[in-house]
Amino acid sequence: MINLFEVNETNKMISQENLDVRTITLGISLLDCITDNLEQLNENIYNKITTVADKLVATGKEIEREFGIPIVNKRISVTPIALVGGSACKTPEDFVTIAKTLDRAAKTVGVNFLGGYSALVSKGMTRADENLIRSIPQALAETDFVCSSVNVGSTKCGIDMDAVRILGDVILETAELTKEHDSLGCAKLVVFCNAPDDNPFMAGAFHGVTETDAIINVGVSGPGVVKHALEEVRGKSFEVLCETIKKTAFKVTRVGQLVAQEASKRLGVPFGIVDLSLAPTPAIGDSVADILCEIGLEYAGAPGTTAALALLNDQVKKGGVMASSYVGGLSGAFIPVSEDQGMIDAVRAGALTIEKLEAMTCVCSVGLDMIAIPGSTKATTISGIIADEMAIGMVNQKTTAVRLIPVIGKDVGETVEFGGLLGYAPIMPVNNYSCDAFVNRKGRIPAPIHSFKN
Amino acid sequence: MKKTIITVVGKDTVGIIAKVCTYLAENNVNILDISQTIVQGFFNMMMVTDATQSPKGTDEIAEELEHLGEEIGVSIRCQHEDIFNMMHRI
Repeated sequence: MINLFEVNETNKMISQENLDVRTITLGISLLDCITDNLEQLNENIYNKITTVADKLVATGKEIEREFGIPIVNKRISVTPIALVGGSACKTPEDFVTIAKTLDRAAKTVGVNFLGGYSALVSKGMTRADENLIRSIPQALAETDFVCSSVNVGSTKCGIDMDAVRILGDVILETAELTKEHDSLGCAKLVVFCNAPDDNPFMAGAFHGVTETDAIINVGVSGPGVVKHALEEVRGKSFEVLCETIKKTAFKVTRVGQLVAQEASKRLGVPFGIVDLSLAPTPAIGDSVADILCEIGLEYAGAPGTTAALALLNDQVKKGGVMASSYVGGLSGAFIPVSEDQGMIDAVRAGALTIEKLEAMTCVCSVGLDMIAIPGSTKATTISGIIADEMAIGMVNQKTTAVRLIPVIGKDVGETVEFGGLLGYAPIMPVNNYSCDAFVNRKGRIPAPIHSFKN
Repeated sequence: MKKTIITVVGKDTVGIIAKVCTYLAENNVNILDISQTIVQGFFNMMMVTDATQSPKGTDEIAEELEHLGEEIGVSIRCQHEDIFNMMHRI
């Protein structure tokens, strides 16, 4: 029988330590909407989304009230649009019409982001893929809730450097088209290596083609809960430190498992996975960097950071895996700069650089995320940074991603404000030595030797 | 039968249990278990209840209890038991 102490512990986690379900993401397949008539395609997409997701937001609120756990976001992910629009779309502008339809559908249903304006090009781009990629700047500038991603590499296929080169230009153009809003468009675009089919977090969520017609994926979050638990074990051994993180991660993930099962039951949609990532928000007490400090570092970025993050990431997985029947998505610690007050403080203090962040991405789940860089950064430099991050993912057989925001008209020392969950960020310096000759080579980098496992 | 956990937290004063139990009785919510303690003047109570025979839904009960709490000067939450079962039991 549950006792008073346990009830209090749970409710304290919710009310004081920022425990919440970060997102319920409904993945919807649009493969059955495909037709070669653009107008019909848009209509099919709008109808499919608004029908399947009709009760999503209301169900989320219902679960929130009944269990007393905040469900911060209700979102949707769809089949990569490069595939869905491949037949009907002959130009980038054709793809933009689909982006607008997605935006309209998102607004009708009441979700706050819809991901899947995506292309999967780890081996190479089809004409449709390239049209979609080139349409991204306009699509993101002219819609509010649509999120985009491009998978340019994988351990099995290598890295498509042609796509990487184009994306340097695309990111800069997106920044330019949204410069009135501090280049916010770039906050809705992710470049991936080894992208998972079932990631519930934005901006990189899409409903992979290996998935069923519709699926419920849940992302939990509790950096505050983990930090609070660690406050009790200051100075204790690594064994105690790791066990504390593991047990706390178990409890946090259990909430996600419960919410996922309930949402699945009430919506009549199969339960996919719980993504047990530790995802911060700009709110005080909801920071992953603070956990690193609690583990024993003066600032995130100090020596020992990569090791501490590796330990944290591993223990979160160990605890979380026991807590859920299906774990998937990204499932690791997130280190987005603008969405984590502790990270922002570390950058301001000069303790955290892009180079250190790159090292940290080798041991945690996300990548170079929500990093504001000078608007004067060259497209080839951006491509070089992407290539680096893709190589880390490819060789280490993990997911890595890049979400860089070149802020047009601003430079190092200034701050950019995105607002809400996207937070704010100080602009970070970038190594500006040239990689033009490297990035301008044509073709792709082959798959690494250890991908040959047969 | 799914149980609802009602937690009452706040400054100790005369009549808290009486008022909450009266509300539950009036709404046909059966009380299965009560544990209660006072720590440094703070009242802390947990009730395991069965609301299946109540004409009101858990939603409505939760909202009304919240208002009752505000009147008395305590915080009252009403949650489905599963969130606690899931977190604290394997």
